[in-house]
Amino acid sequence: MLSASPRPWQHEFNPCIQCGICGGSCPLGHVMDHTPRRVIHLAKEGLLDEVLRTTTPWLCVSCYTCAARCPSGLKITDLLFPALRDAALTAGLQPPSEVKRALDNTYRYGNPFGEGPRKRLEWAKGAGVSVPVISQVKRRVDVLWIVECYPAYHPRNQRQAQAMARLFHALGVDFAVLGPEEHCIGDCERLAGEHGLFESLVEYNAGLLERYEYGEIVTSDPHAMNSLKRVYPAMGHRYPTVHYVEYLARHLETLRPLLRRPLRARVTYHDNCCLGRACGIYEAPRDLLRAIPGVALVEMPFTRETSLCCGGGGAGMWLDTTIWQAAHERLSDRRIAHALATGADILAVSCPFETSRFEDALKSTGNDGRLVVRDILELLDESVAARSEVQA
Amino acid sequence: MKIAVLLTMVPDLVEELEIDPSGTALDTQWLRYVLSESDDHALEQALLLKDRHSASVTALALDYGDAEQALFTALAKGADAAIKIAPVPPGGPNRRGAAALFAEVLRRQPADLILTGVQATNDLDGHLPGLLGGLLDLRYVGVTRSVEASADGGLVVQKEYPGGVAAEISLPTPAVIGVISAPQPPRYVPVARIREVTKTRMVGVEAAIAVDPQPAAVIRRLYKPEPAGHATMLTGPPEQMAQELAAILEGRGLLR
Repeated sequence: MLSASPRPWQHEFNPCIQCGICGGSCPLGHVMDHTPRRVIHLAKEGLLDEVLRTTTPWLCVSCYTCAARCPSGLKITDLLFPALRDAALTAGLQPPSEVKRALDNTYRYGNPFGEGPRKRLEWAKGAGVSVPVISQVKRRVDVLWIVECYPAYHPRNQRQAQAMARLFHALGVDFAVLGPEEHCIGDCERLAGEHGLFESLVEYNAGLLERYEYGEIVTSDPHAMNSLKRVYPAMGHRYPTVHYVEYLARHLETLRPLLRRPLRARVTYHDNCCLGRACGIYEAPRDLLRAIPGVALVEMPFTRETSLCCGGGGAGMWLDTTIWQAAHERLSDRRIAHALATGADILAVSCPFETSRFEDALKSTGNDGRLVVRDILELLDESVAARSEVQA
Repeated sequence: MKIAVLLTMVPDLVEELEIDPSGTALDTQWLRYVLSESDDHALEQALLLKDRHSASVTALALDYGDAEQALFTALAKGADAAIKIAPVPPGGPNRRGAAALFAEVLRRQPADLILTGVQATNDLDGHLPGLLGGLLDLRYVGVTRSVEASADGGLVVQKEYPGGVAAEISLPTPAVIGVISAPQPPRYVPVARIREVTKTRMVGVEAAIAVDPQPAAVIRRLYKPEPAGHATMLTGPPEQMAQELAAILEGRGLLR
């Protein structure tokens, strides 16, 4: 039974001026039964149940466009949609089956794939370099690398993790990973409205991160960075955290001489939502790409703050069926057209969700082979002349 | 209607299973346990009956593996009470032993309807609900996909047979039902609810006093399955791959 009584979060939306910018700028607003503006209005009128019984709560991919443009600075992405989903779950309304499976898996195994914790480091076998585990190193390291679930388990994303390990070796970084102890940081689970699961992940991760000594955390997943930088501190857990583009850009003068192999390609870069709109990081990935010899960086339509989401964030990776049923397209299908319009040879990304999403989009839109999708890590790794020696 | 749902834990297959040095058992060092899938459906079936007919649901589990977590999850989903039966050997007894332990508790706390999964991945010496029906001398229907309460206080059970034959069976209570599938997937319960229940509710304990019977089957040696063949990966242009695929299917008599 749903309740019409006001929820505690609703007062946060009192400043809403009902301008409608949120719904107008939402890439899926046109297929929602209720746009964010309307949701806020219905909530104030005690009619939230009307929203919870529709698919609206599950049509947000947490792209932060609404929040970035809201003239009242309302936390639509971080608060409104997770609260809607939480209210739906608490009322016993069942989430889409893919979301349900991912949440169940994360609760039980610490990753949405339902893979065993012992398999979390299997990707390292293909790295060609050693990947130290901090529990075995038994000393302080400069960098604790939080690999996160997709680079650790997803076959496509494992190549990104392997590239990052080789780059760390090439740069002489004193690093270690958490290995089988690592659990999901929980950004997508948080945005999926599973606050109990997120709290349990925070408790686990805080215990883990406070057990070891390290200079800073570097993560290969912008979603992990999003929560570690913006949400964990509010829960009393502060860790010096950067995404790899920030870390590598900071060490660009050391990295640049290693980038000897020219790529000779037109490259366009897709600004992902967590790195871009959520955390304001736009230059570091471009600096890295420009440092690669032979790269001609071209910008696609809708970049930086106006970038179009790939559709994978905030549980979007587990909502493809739901979103397809509502919109009859995936946002990555729309976004890949922007990349193709530049005539680029390579679409560069810096988020593990995007490689597989855009590679799928190339196939599903009949454009397979017209460009290739590469993580910046992979491009840097290809350019490091010492790669063959390292692998040997 | 008083419903008892029996939950059993089975080895979780996400980690590779290892055989211990004796060669007759699984190595428990890395072994984790998970609620048996058909037991999860039995719980969902019980909760659906509760939703529709104001039944009371008690979840019972033998105390090994993550049984307590499964019981708290059952409470979070809507079960009225949860009981663990202890002590039991690590990894749990064999199926005949499990049936004897559950039967002994159910004689002390009788239920109108006993629901449990019809099968489990570690069934070796029989299936739990059938054994239980025999021990308690109760009517038993297995492999069900729906259980409803009838107006006369009995049950109407749907089950399927091979070949697409379905049956609707009416029977009085008390009865044991072996569930293969609930009418809907097991419900999702928010983790916050499970955490709250873990802090605010209790799992009762019943003494395991049944004698563990001699197993009907003795494991002489466990073997890991060995791949008998390998997949053939077709490569090349789509037309060439399609021709090769057609040739393979034709060669095996699958194309006319």
